[in-house]
Amino acid sequence: MTFPDKIVNGDIRSIAKGISIVESGGIKSDDLLNKLYNRNCSYIIGVTGPPGAGKSSLINLLIDEFKHHFRKIAILAVDPSSPFTGGALLGDRIRMQQHAMSESVFIRSMASRGHLGGISGATKDAIKIVSAAGYDLVIIETVGVGQSEIDIVKLSDTTILILVPGYGDEIQVMKSGIMEIGEVFVVNKSDKSGSEKLATTVKWLLKENYGNKSYLPPVILSSVTNNTGIKDIVKAVLNHKNYIEKNGIDRDKIKKRIKDDINILLKRKINEFIQHHLKYPENIEKWVNLVISKKSTPYEIIREIKDNMILDVKEDI
Amino acid sequence: MDRKIRVLVAKPGLDGHDRGAKFIARALRDAGMEVIYTGIRQSPESIVETAIQEDVDVIGLSLLSGAHNILFPKVVVLLKEKNAGDIIVMGGGVIPEEDISYLKEKGVQAVFTPGTKIGEIVDFINEKVEKRNK
Repeated sequence: MTFPDKIVNGDIRSIAKGISIVESGGIKSDDLLNKLYNRNCSYIIGVTGPPGAGKSSLINLLIDEFKHHFRKIAILAVDPSSPFTGGALLGDRIRMQQHAMSESVFIRSMASRGHLGGISGATKDAIKIVSAAGYDLVIIETVGVGQSEIDIVKLSDTTILILVPGYGDEIQVMKSGIMEIGEVFVVNKSDKSGSEKLATTVKWLLKENYGNKSYLPPVILSSVTNNTGIKDIVKAVLNHKNYIEKNGIDRDKIKKRIKDDINILLKRKINEFIQHHLKYPENIEKWVNLVISKKSTPYEIIREIKDNMILDVKEDI
Repeated sequence: MDRKIRVLVAKPGLDGHDRGAKFIARALRDAGMEVIYTGIRQSPESIVETAIQEDVDVIGLSLLSGAHNILFPKVVVLLKEKNAGDIIVMGGGVIPEEDISYLKEKGVQAVFTPGTKIGEIVDFINEKVEKRNK
């Protein structure tokens, strides 16, 4: 059996190795993804929110509930890499370790590896691997985010935004960015004071934002400590799933993702072209010196390069 | 992008003393590795399953209760059963000198006792992983 076939067959070791391959990138990764590309058929849920909001603990409880609705569940949990050493401490798993032995659950920790935006550069490709392996539900946990890390939206069919009381007044929830991306809003730690007020504020804000649109994101109070609200979150996700499937929004999302894939591959190829054809690493010093000695400007340099460029695309790309 | 070294730091057995495991996890992180920490009281079975799903190069087992002669070799045996005998197993904790050779015989590739310099562990991992991935 070939390696891609083993992944499709659901062999755990191969799936895990496949994810490592796409994390490392390069030709090996391209070949693998090329073979597995059109096997995407999972429903993808993104779970995001600030650090310590309870994302991992909530997912741990959601897994049990989602098991009634999906056959196999994969969790991709992203934590940040150090910008200094490249190392990472991946700790999301600790909260979900009770599922380690479950045959229908696959959990993989991923380091962000310099990628900003809440996920890692390879997350979208890791989804393709688990999807090809027959996981019909993929849950992505982002790193703890602030106000504007919203890459998760592009990858997920339903985005759950988890908020907790104590992060500021209502002006905070009125700001652009993260507050605009949720399709299911969860106010977690509902056992803490201030949670009801936060939920009311968010509900009001969503009503203002969504006006008379056909979908209004629900706001759900939950508590991991008291195990409340979990069923409601699952119900809200399934409701949103139903909504996007009925209205063809799921197809639009898939189209957008394919567009993104083509876009990223193109940009990478163009970048490689720049590195090789324009001998960027060798020439950059020279260009900088031209600018420093006031003999040229970045704009003039680029114009000159462009004018001199013979685009033998076939040979160089 | 190069492949990062991935290490699972796990605590089998029933003791809850995880200061050492957390120290090692942080130190390996600072050495540029990706460290997955499982938390305390893990069964050998769940450690092996986790190591496979996370595709780690190394498992670091930490134990202070005295059950190392049973639990460490169990992890090695289970890895082999799952066709993952290539994953390097190392151990640490309060382990008597006379047990170390037994553990090594059973496939635990290194045992680090209190007082070990962290650089020694980092070097061990770098060397072993390089050999393994050749």
